[in-house]
Amino acid sequence: MCGVNMGCVCDIKKSVDEMIERVGSSVEMAIPLLQAVQSKFRYIPKEAIEHIASKTEMTETKLYGVATFYSQFRLEPVGETIIRVCHGTACHVAGAEGVTEALEKRMGIKDGETTADGKYTLESVACLGCCSLAPVVSVDGEIHAKVDRGSAVELIEEREKA
Amino acid sequence: MKNKGLKIAVGMSTCNMAAGSRKLLERLEKESLDAELSTMGCLGMCHAEPQIRVTDADGRESLYCAVNPAKLERIIKEHLRGGSPVEAWLFNANEGDGAALLTKQQRIVLRNCGRINPESIDEYLANDGYKALEMVLKQNNPSEVCETVLRSGLRGRGGAGFPTGLKWKFALKERRDKKYVICNADEGDPGAFMDRSTLESDPHAVLEGMTIQAFSTGANEGYIYCRAEYPLAVAHLKRAIAQSEERGFLGDNILGSTFSFHLHIKEGAGAFVCGEETALMASIEGERGMPRLRPPFPAQSGLFGKPTTINNVETLASVPWIIRHGAEKYAAIGTEKSKGTKVFALAGKIKRGGLVEVPMGITIREVVEEIGGGTGTHRKVKAVQMGGPSGGCIPADLLDTRIDYDEINRTGAIMGSGGMIVLDETTCMVDVARYFLGFTQLESCGKCTFCRIGTRRMLEILTRICAGDGVPEDIDELEELAVQIKNTSLCGLGQTAPNPVLTTLKYFRKEYEEHINDKKCRAGKCVNLCSYEISEACTGCTVCAHKCPVGAISGERKGQHKIDQEKCVRCGVCRDVCKFDAVKVI
Repeated sequence: MCGVNMGCVCDIKKSVDEMIERVGSSVEMAIPLLQAVQSKFRYIPKEAIEHIASKTEMTETKLYGVATFYSQFRLEPVGETIIRVCHGTACHVAGAEGVTEALEKRMGIKDGETTADGKYTLESVACLGCCSLAPVVSVDGEIHAKVDRGSAVELIEEREKA
Repeated sequence: MKNKGLKIAVGMSTCNMAAGSRKLLERLEKESLDAELSTMGCLGMCHAEPQIRVTDADGRESLYCAVNPAKLERIIKEHLRGGSPVEAWLFNANEGDGAALLTKQQRIVLRNCGRINPESIDEYLANDGYKALEMVLKQNNPSEVCETVLRSGLRGRGGAGFPTGLKWKFALKERRDKKYVICNADEGDPGAFMDRSTLESDPHAVLEGMTIQAFSTGANEGYIYCRAEYPLAVAHLKRAIAQSEERGFLGDNILGSTFSFHLHIKEGAGAFVCGEETALMASIEGERGMPRLRPPFPAQSGLFGKPTTINNVETLASVPWIIRHGAEKYAAIGTEKSKGTKVFALAGKIKRGGLVEVPMGITIREVVEEIGGGTGTHRKVKAVQMGGPSGGCIPADLLDTRIDYDEINRTGAIMGSGGMIVLDETTCMVDVARYFLGFTQLESCGKCTFCRIGTRRMLEILTRICAGDGVPEDIDELEELAVQIKNTSLCGLGQTAPNPVLTTLKYFRKEYEEHINDKKCRAGKCVNLCSYEISEACTGCTVCAHKCPVGAISGERKGQHKIDQEKCVRCGVCRDVCKFDAVKVI
């Protein structure tokens, strides 16, 4: 086992082969390929990069160069639920820092970290584009409007109960 | 079942869904009404979402705003089943708030947003969709289209304001076997969401604009580079492209002509700098999104080394309207050098936040105070932040500045992509500058030394000032760094990164000095530099005591409350929730 929930190295290789087949293997497909990997594994396993490099004309260096440039890509596993606190301008002036602070306190982790039980990852994002409903928080892609310190913590607590 | 032949449209844009529209749609789906149930995009009234529009069999339209599950039950009972609209809840465009919101707006880009179902090409076609493309293909004269767009006065809405027609002419002039067009939908400015809304609510308008862009510049392949943070926009675009291909508006021999055009979507991967055109092209090519020197300009050597025309979403969505109505009609709107309309994303301390589209030439005050209704609280507008991280803060006494590229530039801010964040006295201007530098510092691609390291030094100084450790030399150092970063950066990101600091220093220098010399933050934002006190205006309503996250507020019901300064973390929640303006910053 390689520590990935999805299975072991051979599973990763098989999935990556399918992705190369579907997306393409030319250099311009570096980003879509890494996006496909991340969408399946929720992060980019080292083995996936190695396998892409062995099957295409892209080198590991090139792939790591791209993967570390763009903020979307993660090289470490993430929690089951991803909580994203928007820190756009409108959210900032409406108290997004307080929301992150309250969530950090409730979850016992810092911004960007994953809880020890692997349940939650807390992230900051630049802007989700819902500025008139600021501050907003996205829980697994579902956006919650006009959140404050209290209601942000409630979002987690409701999930815990359910 | 009394009421038949109804049409019900539920707002299902990202903002509507954030406000809870999905539950409403699910509830309506269960109700088994004899009605056509569909969805619509964003009307721009984000302050009053979610929205539902009911069209009765006789054509009467009723728009319900800020609908919640309880309200919906009554709408179902009285209107959808009973046939009589709930009059008290109807949005009225002719008087009161509704009139204030709409009278000064003029919708060209947002013409269909919230009016049609964005997932239906037929609804787009029923609203003059693809007519402009038909006209253009019938006349079959690309250079004439470039001239029309040039005469209309349309300038790039992504922020730089370059004349669109001229850009197209440059690309058309190139005699090469292969050319590309790109739609820049990498809306990265925090605080701007007009492109998201347009793509989600009227994707075909952008596709039509792009197809005309390709025809007029001699391109036969195009890319839409869309932010990954906008999944719904991507989904709607994909569907729209498939529909257009099926109906012959995209693909080979469009509408029976000799013109062929193929379109791809590329999803961004989260890099603000990719909004810069050369970085964006590098990203499409599968590289790290780093800008390169111009010239050569994209019109000569762009994507894969071929002539490329890049336009922003809002620019492209304006094109079909211009073709259909004529350049003169568009040019009649606006000021001498800024023609047409501009969409603004109104947010921050504003009563009616959302998307507004106004003719160029009206004042910022009209947008903020009349259309947006001011702050909506007893607090006054302190400044308006325009242009995101590349822009600046325009102080309240300059609100009569007109919406015009050159007039806004003179204030030190920029038109930018159209984010307009209203700030009131609870906003610390040094903190706003720190916020933007934090953003640009993080997003700098690292290619230019001053942008990479200079923004970091500026951020450190601003963080120090906000923490109460500022020293008098800090202001001079900020100004010196600002000039160096502007002069030595390759692309727009670095060249404009110091703007938020420069404009706040220009108009709010006193606040910097108070932070540094008096160790005081008058806005009550910088926790080391302020404390809160409850004044005699306190009515003892207990709301602040309940809301205080650290239990620092005590007091009897109906008696004046008190803050325990030892426990207080200065988060400002008490001031935000107090309805009597009793919480003061000292």
